[in-house]
Amino acid sequence: MIACADEKDVDAAVAAARRAYETVWSKLSGTDRGKYLFRIARLIQERSRELAVAESLDNGKPIKESRDVDLPLVAAWFFYYAGWADKLDHAGLGLDPQPLGVTAQVIPWNFPLLMLAWKIAPALTAGNTVVLKPAESTSLTALLFAEIVQQADLPPGVINIITGGGDTGRLLVQHPDVNKVAFTGSTVVGREIARAVAGTQKKLTLELGGKGANIVFDDAPLDQAIEGIVNGIFFNQGHVCCAGSRLLVQEGIHDDVIERLKHRLSTLRLGDPLDKNTDIGAINSAKQLARIEALSSAGEAEGAVRWSVPCRLPPKGYWFPPTLFTGVSTHHAIAREEIFGPVLSVLTFRTPEEAIAKANNTPYGLSAGIWSDKGSRILAVADKLRAGVIWANTFNRFDPASPFGGYKESGYGREGGRHGLLAYLQPRTWTGDGPVGQRGTVKMSSVKPVKPVERSRKAARKA
Amino acid sequence: MEQRAAALSTRSIKTSSKVLALDKIIELIDLTTLEGADTPGKVRSLATKAIQPDPSDRGTPHVAALCVYGDMVPYAVDALRDFNRSRNGDAIQIAAVATAFPSGRASLEVKCADTAEAVAAGADEIDMVIDRGAFLSGRHEEVFEQIRTVKEACQRPDGSYAHLKVILETGELSTYDNVHKASWLAILAGADFIKTSTGKVVPAATLPMTLLMLEVVRDWYRLTSKRVGVKPAGGIRSSKDAIRYLVAVAETAGEAWLHPSLFRFGASSLLDDVLLQRQRMKTGHYSGPDYVTID
Repeated sequence: MIACADEKDVDAAVAAARRAYETVWSKLSGTDRGKYLFRIARLIQERSRELAVAESLDNGKPIKESRDVDLPLVAAWFFYYAGWADKLDHAGLGLDPQPLGVTAQVIPWNFPLLMLAWKIAPALTAGNTVVLKPAESTSLTALLFAEIVQQADLPPGVINIITGGGDTGRLLVQHPDVNKVAFTGSTVVGREIARAVAGTQKKLTLELGGKGANIVFDDAPLDQAIEGIVNGIFFNQGHVCCAGSRLLVQEGIHDDVIERLKHRLSTLRLGDPLDKNTDIGAINSAKQLARIEALSSAGEAEGAVRWSVPCRLPPKGYWFPPTLFTGVSTHHAIAREEIFGPVLSVLTFRTPEEAIAKANNTPYGLSAGIWSDKGSRILAVADKLRAGVIWANTFNRFDPASPFGGYKESGYGREGGRHGLLAYLQPRTWTGDGPVGQRGTVKMSSVKPVKPVERSRKAARKA
Repeated sequence: MEQRAAALSTRSIKTSSKVLALDKIIELIDLTTLEGADTPGKVRSLATKAIQPDPSDRGTPHVAALCVYGDMVPYAVDALRDFNRSRNGDAIQIAAVATAFPSGRASLEVKCADTAEAVAAGADEIDMVIDRGAFLSGRHEEVFEQIRTVKEACQRPDGSYAHLKVILETGELSTYDNVHKASWLAILAGADFIKTSTGKVVPAATLPMTLLMLEVVRDWYRLTSKRVGVKPAGGIRSSKDAIRYLVAVAETAGEAWLHPSLFRFGASSLLDDVLLQRQRMKTGHYSGPDYVTID
């Protein structure tokens, strides 16, 4: 159980963010804001092992992923946006774009620290202050991050972390003194938020669900495609909004792909997330496990053929074996609804047109993958896919420099890259004489000097 | 390929698994000397090491094979005769490089004569090189025919065959597509093993290339139920590296391949590092190069 922030706490957090925005953060020069962000990035790198272990303990994802994917990306995000702080004139909004003010950010449980980085780094670099609420079931790393913020000696109030469930989130999003809401999570909650902010001055970006299509043509390098399929849906136990949960295989290679896939899946190791050799960790919560089980049963009931890796599941905790469904058609629930678990639905197609039509036949539009040896085909197909992120001969690759976001019910706004800044800035047109902009009047030197970074917390305790 | 290879490299093999892995590596080594300066003395010395890699620990397994130039085969046979007689099947194989190794630039007649001579001298295995020139200029059929002909030259008077390892020289074929094609070509032409490199070209064996070849033998097995071996050679010097190869073998082709009849390391200095690591696992501390015998 984690403490739930109530109305008083939310008020206090938003007030602190407002004060910090008005008095310090919005007035600091970009160069100085950048220095703080670089500092945070370095501290994250220094404490990355500790954070990785905490993330795996909290979320259930294998340490291999939190160590090799989550944490390096978290640091990369802060480094990337730190670099933007003094270059906002080049963000595409004209000279001297302005921050929005206090931003309310609500993030999910699938990549707790990474989603925090995606939200906080661009908000801060643009000059906003932040109140962030991590998911109820995965708040640990956000709290450790708060410690890092103190270590980096950020002016008080610039980053505020409050914990709690849906009620806390609602209070935060509906708070009248918030200028911007950013949310990553389910489409259901996204809709609720959109309704809540409608008619207010609040700006909104949403990164919601997905039902990504992974299209494999018959000339694809199959072994690499298999790796991509596995990475697409079994990475992070399928708890990925951009997961390649629908596999579209050209009919001629269907049997071969399924046979190879089954062989490959049998080599995955499921178990203790803290074991460095574990490939598949635990499902995050009982609730999520129940949803995955319900949808899988529905798939069987609708006539799709289920195959699960014949592996032993640990007796304690929430586990679900990597599973694939063949004989899936586009009207099955498992081909339409986001399962958010290690479950792959396999469909077939005959022509590129059919592949495109099936891939686009979803209310979502976050990600897609194309596997083919032929570059021209990849470009032609990518051109017609309605998805925000398209991977060619790879899947689930992230880079802070590249914008990420969805079409249709997968949300709006982009995170990452120059486009990610636009969600936290507004343009301003200037006419007349005088210096452009009043920012940079508070110098970093007027803020407390930086404390030396604790190298080893254990050593410090011993001393 | 690189990504998958990198992912396999993060497998953590520690303590008791590491002890098992180190012994396995020794059992899979083709202890090799392929120098212009090779002498009967050098070969005899290496043979002794092949039999008893670590004199301070009698429990150390022997290596899989001794790999030498064709003209050194008689000395190797001689040096290993007594040991192999006493082993009853679990013998150290004698492998000879042939077919104008390492360049392969000779007529087919010369290559076959080279091979036949080594087989007649008692070689159990022939490591041949393919004609990379022919392959790269698109004369794939010619390469195929050459391998088939050399395979015939591996036949002994009693009708049995010396094992044929086909060296693709991946460093010269350079692309994954080429290596993929050449692997299939060699297998279809009758190779018992496909081998990455001569060790005379940089880059020699790399994990991604070996991974690709493992995928080919796995697919061949799926199609025909026949198993072909893989031998990465050259450039694998540390136990850590070698363990990564073992992981790739187990997770790609399958654990059945972790056997001297299906997987080998072509190496000379790898054995020394394995022995050092082995001693450290036993004693808990690192000794030093002086505690491992030189060849």
